[in-house]
Amino acid sequence: MGVTALKICVCIKQVPDSWAEKKLTAADNTLDRAAADRVVNELDEYAVEEALKIVEAGEGEVTILSVGPVEAADSIRKAISMGAHAGIHIVDDAIHGSDAVATSLVISEALKNRDFDLIIFGSESTDARMSVVPAMVAARLNLPQMTFAKKVEVSAGALTIQRQTETGYDEVKSSLPAVVSVVEKINEPRYPSFKNIMAAKKAPLETLSLADLGVAASSVGQANAWSAVSAFADRPAKPAGTKVVDDGNGAAQLEEFLVTAKFI
Amino acid sequence: MSDVLVLIEQTKGEVKKVSLELLAMAAKVGSPVAVVLGPGADSTSGLLGEHGAKKVYVDSNEIYVNQIVVPTVTALTSVINELKPVAVLVPSSADSKEVAGRLALTCNSGVITDASDISADLSVTQNIFGGATIVTSKVTTGTPIITVRPNSIAPVTGGATAEVIALAVTHESGSTSVTNRVAVAKSGRPDLSEAAIVVSGGRGVASEDGFKNLIEPLADLLGAAVGASRAATDAGWYPHQFQVGQTGKTVSPQLYLASGISGAIQHRAGMQTSKTVVVVNKDPEAPIFDLADFGVVGDLNEVLPDLTARIKARK
Repeated sequence: MGVTALKICVCIKQVPDSWAEKKLTAADNTLDRAAADRVVNELDEYAVEEALKIVEAGEGEVTILSVGPVEAADSIRKAISMGAHAGIHIVDDAIHGSDAVATSLVISEALKNRDFDLIIFGSESTDARMSVVPAMVAARLNLPQMTFAKKVEVSAGALTIQRQTETGYDEVKSSLPAVVSVVEKINEPRYPSFKNIMAAKKAPLETLSLADLGVAASSVGQANAWSAVSAFADRPAKPAGTKVVDDGNGAAQLEEFLVTAKFI
Repeated sequence: MSDVLVLIEQTKGEVKKVSLELLAMAAKVGSPVAVVLGPGADSTSGLLGEHGAKKVYVDSNEIYVNQIVVPTVTALTSVINELKPVAVLVPSSADSKEVAGRLALTCNSGVITDASDISADLSVTQNIFGGATIVTSKVTTGTPIITVRPNSIAPVTGGATAEVIALAVTHESGSTSVTNRVAVAKSGRPDLSEAAIVVSGGRGVASEDGFKNLIEPLADLLGAAVGASRAATDAGWYPHQFQVGQTGKTVSPQLYLASGISGAIQHRAGMQTSKTVVVVNKDPEAPIFDLADFGVVGDLNEVLPDLTARIKARK
């Protein structure tokens, strides 16, 4: 590919396991992180894999960055164990409850003087599912926004992606550096080797606070968010529907239901 | 009445249904003002007026389809600065959510995604965690920027002729460039995320041929979109972009017909706000039956062809 020594940063989020029930906490209407296992957002694993594939095809280094509570360090190490080289953990009590506006600020301030060629995200987190942070980081850093990539190609100083659309995909070009987000199934994320798992446990993480980044506590956190949750409730249980066992008549009964409900 | 800005999604003059739904949502909280961008935009004002837009800002410049997201943000920002609307509504599509995110920064405003309803006081209802939790929230800073899910409200007709305003926007030179647009197997079916009916298949469909022979014919008879569970897309039986669930599309159709889908939380997270759910599954204990308005415990290989033939016979 003729690319040498690319510096790639992959931004990941620690989230509740996507196969578990998720909850909010009654105390402050934020995510109950203790209610389910904490895992690397599974859509971010595609971002890590894509970064590793790109540097393996040439030369370079992959750094994992995450904003999150103390426990998020485990997810950074998990991503490093896939083969990444370094980790940055931004942790500060003041960040709790931040909205996407503040999260994108913290990430951008951490990235702005580090000369990464590519900053790669998963297309969304499986808990908040807003899918706005990659675009916001691109805007804040004034870099090309190359999001929803189902294919990524890097050549000397240039980037081409296939951007997934409702009907197919668009081929899009930009220069480097750029901000990329990747969609599920762009690749098959690898399982970490035992050797890498052991090495990742000892990998040095750069741990940064808001003060280290020069970000004022008054611009982040729940109290300073630009939107607020006032109430939440569980979805009311659905009244039990009709259930029939097919004795050769199932399709006819289903047809009758659809007719009564005016679908056919 | 205060203006509420609505970003209209359209392709070559063909307006997406969700855009008309957003005009109806905007009318609940103010006076709908449409912003319609890109080639074909100039042919849409009649339809938008009919669906409640009082004013339509139009710019048919190709820049909106030749660069990713940024030109749309620039255009909306200029209208927001001129009009000072009380809120900005955009569809909850991948593109428009990114527009909303960047708009929040250019307008110093809070953003809420995936609203299912908006009240007169601009408080927003969201179904989060795959619809398991219903949240009320509100933007507290700036002009509320709200993305609205498809199928949240019915479009309203009977509006008058809208005032059409040509939008003149100065764009900075872009950093992305769309060089080619590729359509994958245009099926003629409605978009999965905004379809009124979704016919969906899972592990029980058992093969690519199962989708072709059992799911697609039923979907086409009903004018429905086809969806698939993650088990089915992971197995390669149906293209990944049609996956409904936690890591795929979220749908909220009038009718969701799930066949051979057990109803793991991964799948329920993408469909449990559907208005009516119909299930065909041979396992009577499958959790999907908890969501079913009507469920058939049976073999989909028998029930679906029989149902398809019966519907065909009615037409």
